[in-house]
Amino acid sequence: MTTTTLQRMRGSTWLPFARRRAVRFLTSLWVLVTAAFLMIHLIPGDPVRESLGLAAPPDLVAARRAALGLDDPLLVQYWHYLSGLFRGEFGTSLVSGTPVATLIGDRLPATVQLAVLAFLVVVVVAVPVGVLMAVLTKGGRRRGGELAFTSSSVVLAAIPEFLLAVGLVSLLAVQLNLFPVAGNDAPGSWVLPVLALAIGPAAVLARIVRVELLAVLGNDFVRTARAKRLPARLVYLRHALPNAVTATLTLGGMMLAAMVAGTVLVENVFAWPGLGSTIVGSIQQKDYPAVQGIVLVYGAGVLLVNLVVDVVLGLLDPRSTIREA
Amino acid sequence: MRPTTGRLAVLRSPVGASSAVLLVVLVALAVFAPILWGDRAAAIDTDSLQQGPSADHLLGTDQLGRDIFYRVLVATRLTIGLALLATVIGVVTGLVLGSIPSVLPRWAARIVTSAVNIAVAFPGLLLALFFAVIFGTGTIGAVLAIAFAITPSFARLTQTLTASVSGRDFIAAARVCGVGRFRLLTRHVLPNIAEPLVINATLAAGSALTAFAGLSFLGIGVQAPSYDWGRLLGEGLNRIYITPAPALGPAVAVVLAGLAFNLFGEAAASVHRNQQRGKATAPHEPVEDRSEGGLLTVRNLHVTFPGGIRPVRGVSFTVHNGEMIGVVGESGSGKSLTALAVSRLIEHPGRVTADRLEFNGKPVQKTQDRELGTQLAMVFQDPTTSFNPTRRIGGQLAEVSEVHQGLRRRAALGKAVDRLEAVRIPEPERRAKQYPHEFSGGMRQRAMIAMGLMGEPQLVIADEPTTALDVTVQREVLKLLARIRKDRDAAVLLISHDITVVAQTCDRVLVMYAGRIVEELPTDELFTAARHPYTTALLKAVPDLDTDRDAPLAVIPGRPPEPGEIRQGCPFAPRCPLADDQCRTQEPELETFGENHRVACWKSESELAGVR
Amino acid sequence: MSELDFRNVTVRFGHHTAVDDVSLTVPAGQVVGLVGESGSGKSTLAATAVGLVKPTEGEVRADGKVQMVFQDPYSSLDPRMSIGNSIAEAMPRGTNKKAEVARLLELVNLDPGRASSLPARLSGGQRQRVALARALAGDPRVVIADEITSALDVSVQGAVLNLVRDLQRQLGLSMLFISHNLAVVRYVSDRVAVMKTGRIVEEGPAAQVLADPRHEYTRELLAAAPRRHTRLEVS
Repeated sequence: MTTTTLQRMRGSTWLPFARRRAVRFLTSLWVLVTAAFLMIHLIPGDPVRESLGLAAPPDLVAARRAALGLDDPLLVQYWHYLSGLFRGEFGTSLVSGTPVATLIGDRLPATVQLAVLAFLVVVVVAVPVGVLMAVLTKGGRRRGGELAFTSSSVVLAAIPEFLLAVGLVSLLAVQLNLFPVAGNDAPGSWVLPVLALAIGPAAVLARIVRVELLAVLGNDFVRTARAKRLPARLVYLRHALPNAVTATLTLGGMMLAAMVAGTVLVENVFAWPGLGSTIVGSIQQKDYPAVQGIVLVYGAGVLLVNLVVDVVLGLLDPRSTIREA
Repeated sequence: MRPTTGRLAVLRSPVGASSAVLLVVLVALAVFAPILWGDRAAAIDTDSLQQGPSADHLLGTDQLGRDIFYRVLVATRLTIGLALLATVIGVVTGLVLGSIPSVLPRWAARIVTSAVNIAVAFPGLLLALFFAVIFGTGTIGAVLAIAFAITPSFARLTQTLTASVSGRDFIAAARVCGVGRFRLLTRHVLPNIAEPLVINATLAAGSALTAFAGLSFLGIGVQAPSYDWGRLLGEGLNRIYITPAPALGPAVAVVLAGLAFNLFGEAAASVHRNQQRGKATAPHEPVEDRSEGGLLTVRNLHVTFPGGIRPVRGVSFTVHNGEMIGVVGESGSGKSLTALAVSRLIEHPGRVTADRLEFNGKPVQKTQDRELGTQLAMVFQDPTTSFNPTRRIGGQLAEVSEVHQGLRRRAALGKAVDRLEAVRIPEPERRAKQYPHEFSGGMRQRAMIAMGLMGEPQLVIADEPTTALDVTVQREVLKLLARIRKDRDAAVLLISHDITVVAQTCDRVLVMYAGRIVEELPTDELFTAARHPYTTALLKAVPDLDTDRDAPLAVIPGRPPEPGEIRQGCPFAPRCPLADDQCRTQEPELETFGENHRVACWKSESELAGVR
Repeated sequence: MSELDFRNVTVRFGHHTAVDDVSLTVPAGQVVGLVGESGSGKSTLAATAVGLVKPTEGEVRADGKVQMVFQDPYSSLDPRMSIGNSIAEAMPRGTNKKAEVARLLELVNLDPGRASSLPARLSGGQRQRVALARALAGDPRVVIADEITSALDVSVQGAVLNLVRDLQRQLGLSMLFISHNLAVVRYVSDRVAVMKTGRIVEEGPAAQVLADPRHEYTRELLAAAPRRHTRLEVS
């Protein structure tokens, strides 16, 4: 894109950006809703039969099918599904008979709290560590430190959160008896799940921050800042760090989205009363409406995280609003 | 040549070698463990149910009394096999989805691309759960679920890499030659992105392995009586309060295997990133030069980098107040590094040494930041990248005065507007509030010069300030520099590869070649009295608007040496028509020759006259 | 007879008009130099001649094949393909590729024994020779040279310019030679066209355009081009 084109777009970059971003969010949401709807229909065989088991009497299956509206034409079902969603209805659980919306309402807060707390821990730990490591290892200095940092972060990041959870339980809860093994009743019971969820992403983010910052430090404008003889503090914090934010935040957003999904496994290890332990039970019991609703909630959460990241990026980096979607 | 050494290089790093060993062990276990220990792992022993670790059973026994240690070993085959199967399916699907848009009609390509873009936003585990519902719980369902969870990110990676390669000229060149879309993809695009794809596939195998373990652990992967590490882990976890070994055994196995894939991928990636480094050259004897100093005094300046690379080798010159000096040289001549070295901007691991390096009578190393920040102005080659893109122009100028002159924000911004006006930027107040990307190239370079004027510069070092600019803009910027020199009596050190630019604007010229000054002379004498064969050849080789169109251009055979390639003797000798044995073995020193004229050449005036 | 003919060519990218109603003829066996500053649309115009960009309006006619040499020799050769294969790829089916590659390498003053080298083993000037050989492999009547010396070291560009001139005369090629450097264009061209913001503002025999420019912008370009014996005056 030439400078003249850029100049023509000056001042009005936010509106098209907001429009483009809104369109993308809504399209993705629609794809998500449709995928969740189709999920039941993509299952080979009859979902109700699958759910109730082969021994279920045929009239019960037929009644359940009718109750779920599965005998209507597909488009009609789709319409009912969509209009139900607008009214906040997610259907009824095949197993417990309670509305899925109630189920989600009960379980969602615990999951959100866990994810948000873990994310805060990740940011608070990883950003300073990454910056520090970038400053210390700039220009090939302290090779040993760099190797130790890189390899330990690779190792930590390679351990999946549920294994970390198992390790933490075994060591800190069972052996040393420092924290509760499961549940979310006592304040101490938050420590292990949050750690299990946060350690891997924190290692990844610290590495990303370091790499991005080093890349930025090689830029011409950092040399300009040094040629102005600014104190090191200003060179790093005012000139380098804001330019590392774009890439860091982009990857950080994907990581946060992955953490939302990571709660599923961690919740199962710690018997955390959130959506994650519910969805696994529902999948095993073939409670499709419940699975459908929870997948939708997880997916929407991920899309929301992505949207927030993009808007924050647009605020921090004026150029990101003019980049093509 | 290079790819082969690159692949071997992975094994040379300690991380790469150990992860490779681990991978080999895993494959061996996957192949042989079921044959060797299959029976022991399946043997039910009702006498020893749910035992803890012992000498007989290293990890204890399960609820049927089977030995967990052997079960972990035997499960290697299923675990690794399923993970690899899922990876292969996922990677191939992703590769197809990622590369197919380049051969599809545009509308179809767009649909595939946006579908991938939407899918990639969702984390793999969520996709895996989604597909697990559709394909049902069990081994095949889990394989497909994980495969399709890998697919979007791999498709995206392929797309990104393809796009980055497609923008390069060799693709355009192949298209111009009539190479078809399919052959373009298979012969030019895929080979150039194969390396990162393979590396990422290795990393994907690592995550497929752990994801599979996760699904089995949740009870929606491998179902009894089959068992993989994830299942063993899930079974062990129920007893973790009583005895941790049955859970930790498979957990360690999953971690080690995952690490082996991940570390191998990381090691390969870092080898892929690292460029080769140059070779060593012999150090050079210091040059004796004790003439009197000026505003900037440089004596025997060296810049070295690890590996004995010495891009600047004993440079000496003096800049007096109000003088405009040009430094001419080709890429690799050391001219830009000289500029950075004299302004104390060479960073680790580069090292600067000099017998004397003084600005304003004080050693540059000991000069305070405040003094350098206000009296020494720098202008760099590319004004597009030399401004911080996330901050407004005015603020970037103002911070000089805030930091070094103790001005408040408002006063400093006022001064910035004033300086922008001084370099003839129209509407300076409005411009000061804009971001660099809203400026044109020439305007940015003016703003860069204005930034140097925030202090009271006595010396402006301009490193190729007009190379990135159009000719008409170039002239304006050169005029601006000349005006600053005239109005403020500031000295200017103008670095350029273009001898005509320097000839037009400077009083004296320093010609650099292979890290040394080979000739220094007044600009007036450049076309009449230049002595060094390199200088005279350069003048003849570059056409200008007066060049004879009917005669061929003078040619300098060969090319300038890279900083790592400099051998003994005069570095220009391999390209010099006059070179003899002395030139090839001994490097000539820069010697004074007449007034204001220094040359580093063994040849006498009469010999040189022959080639002029 | 003309070999390459741009007729009222317009190229738009979205709202941006890169090339604006350009008509330009490259006569048989002649070199037309196209000068202009960055963003003037000269590279886009060149891209329409080889089909890399489709004109929004107008048409490009060529008698015989058109080939192109690109600016950056570090990016215009596939790093994974030997230079011999890169050259052979452009040849029509049924040619004796090995012999032809050797002949072309010799034509651009490179050792035919280097056909199996990868581009990484060659210097910038050598790569640009390979790019020339590849362009000639398609047996073109017209060659477009887009800023082919601007990425080269000054001590190397002279040799490439000489080679271009020799080959053009030896093979009787028609050529569109694009550069931002007026002195370089002047040296190789029979005719000169000056382009500004997507339009050709002046076109004519090289000697005439450069000695007696009619358009204001041509005069500006000439005045701005660095000349070795004139000092830059500071007002």
